[in-house]
Amino acid sequence: MPEPMGFYTDTTVCIGCKACEVACKEWNQLPATNGGLNTLSGNSYDNTRQLDGIHWRHVKFIEQFAEDRKDGRWLLMSDVCKHCVNAPCLEVCPTGAIVRTEFDTVVIQSDACNGCRDCISACPFGVIEVNPASGTAQKCTLCYDRLQSGLEPACSKACPTQSIQFGTLRELRERAQKRVDQLQAGGEKRAYLYGADEKILGGLNSFYLLVDKPEVYGLPPDPKMPTRNLAAASWFSVLGAVLVGLMGIINFRNRGAAQPGGEERP
Amino acid sequence: MNAFPSSTFFSAPPEWGWLIALYFFFGGLAGGCYFIAVLIDLFGRPEDRALARLGYYIALPCLVISAILLTLDLGRPLRFWHMLLQSNTYRIMLKPWSPMSVGSWALLVFGIFSLLSFLGALAEDGRWQKPEARRLRPPGALGSVIATIGGLFGFFVSGYTGVLLGVTNRPIWSDTSLLGMLFVVSAASISAASMILLAQKSDRTTPGIYSLHRLDMWVVALEFVVLIAVMFSLGPVFRVWLSAWGALLFVGVIFIGMLIPWALYFRKEWLGERNLIIGAALVVVGGLILRLVIVFSAQRV
Repeated sequence: MPEPMGFYTDTTVCIGCKACEVACKEWNQLPATNGGLNTLSGNSYDNTRQLDGIHWRHVKFIEQFAEDRKDGRWLLMSDVCKHCVNAPCLEVCPTGAIVRTEFDTVVIQSDACNGCRDCISACPFGVIEVNPASGTAQKCTLCYDRLQSGLEPACSKACPTQSIQFGTLRELRERAQKRVDQLQAGGEKRAYLYGADEKILGGLNSFYLLVDKPEVYGLPPDPKMPTRNLAAASWFSVLGAVLVGLMGIINFRNRGAAQPGGEERP
Repeated sequence: MNAFPSSTFFSAPPEWGWLIALYFFFGGLAGGCYFIAVLIDLFGRPEDRALARLGYYIALPCLVISAILLTLDLGRPLRFWHMLLQSNTYRIMLKPWSPMSVGSWALLVFGIFSLLSFLGALAEDGRWQKPEARRLRPPGALGSVIATIGGLFGFFVSGYTGVLLGVTNRPIWSDTSLLGMLFVVSAASISAASMILLAQKSDRTTPGIYSLHRLDMWVVALEFVVLIAVMFSLGPVFRVWLSAWGALLFVGVIFIGMLIPWALYFRKEWLGERNLIIGAALVVVGGLILRLVIVFSAQRV
């Protein structure tokens, strides 16, 4: 059994070149948006817009500039499926199409998925969507096919700045912590790791080094498992049924009292 | 105001649209009508059995419509059976913690029971010349067992959809635990109202129709309380409904679907005999709008 594998994405060295997006599309044979006739989003250099069924990597461009434009910075982040240890998508998938692989990654088996889209609403990161070509839900597989052949995923292979790093989680976490220490020592006190420990969904096998709050990057500060509501919601439903049942029994037993004001039968 | 009142605001909408909203409506009707028919069968008086039969007559077609809507909504409709069997091993596919998984099985089981009760009702009505099929309905032992188990599944089908919405990470849906309860109660209100309407149409105006009317008003009152509780339980996420969706909720569901039917119930002189029909029709309309608002508002955030 291989060790758990994942991505460590150091957003501070991302240059927004989108090589990861292109490599992902090429390897996974994902179609272009609108047959290649994409339109400009008007949102910085981000014309991919989001992760979805045909974009399994997405470089986010976050512009933080003062009103007078004298001070500012770019935050760049190559977003991808987080391959959560406790994966909400896998938890709810009613067909069993979503599985955990021997590399501890989360993969949607397209031949088993029937496109019910329960996983889309379960993913707290908005990673999954339907690929119109297949009619099934799709997302990053962490290049499961390449991993099985001993290759590294296409995106990290293509990344020219090592913003995206692939490896065993043990190794990646060590490397990431050293980088945080280095940045902190160099004066970047905002640097921290998102998802490297177990606090978020048991750990994210694709975790990030960030220098601002998660929500600035479009990441939920406190994502939760969908089943957190299951027990309470079920019991409240039972309560509803009991109350309706009691009302029904009372009404149909005391039928004579059911005609207020001496109502006549029509 | 915090830009993101909940971590649910980072999820993507599953694009569940009209098909699913209508499924919630027809599924609610199927489960609710069966549930009420069982209550009449088990606890009501013999002369109201015609009303119970009407409940079974509504439940089965609504369930068939539900199954069609659900299948059409899939990205790959021919793979609907993947919900029930693992597609590679043909073993049973069931995740007790996933409402969609359990719900798929519940629909199948409820389908069987609603078919049995439907046949029993046909036999009792003399439309199916098989007198022995009458045993499929209470008061006999077999009929009582069918009604009890079917009624439990009917309740499940009418409410699990709300629980399913809660077991996601979408705003509104997963920010409250009360949608299942709201759907159960609302299923009862639209079902009682639909039975009143169809009873008038099909000349099944047994005395029990007044019990049904009163029950409907009680249930609408309960539904009102639950809906207000849902709003409070949302906390800061309630701001999603400070929009056209909220307006639709207040006007379409609370005003048209609850307050006017109440007023008509207590003010018999307003419309005379049409009070009953118009009040019931408005309850049904309100129940449909409720589902539309809940399905669409959480996906247009």
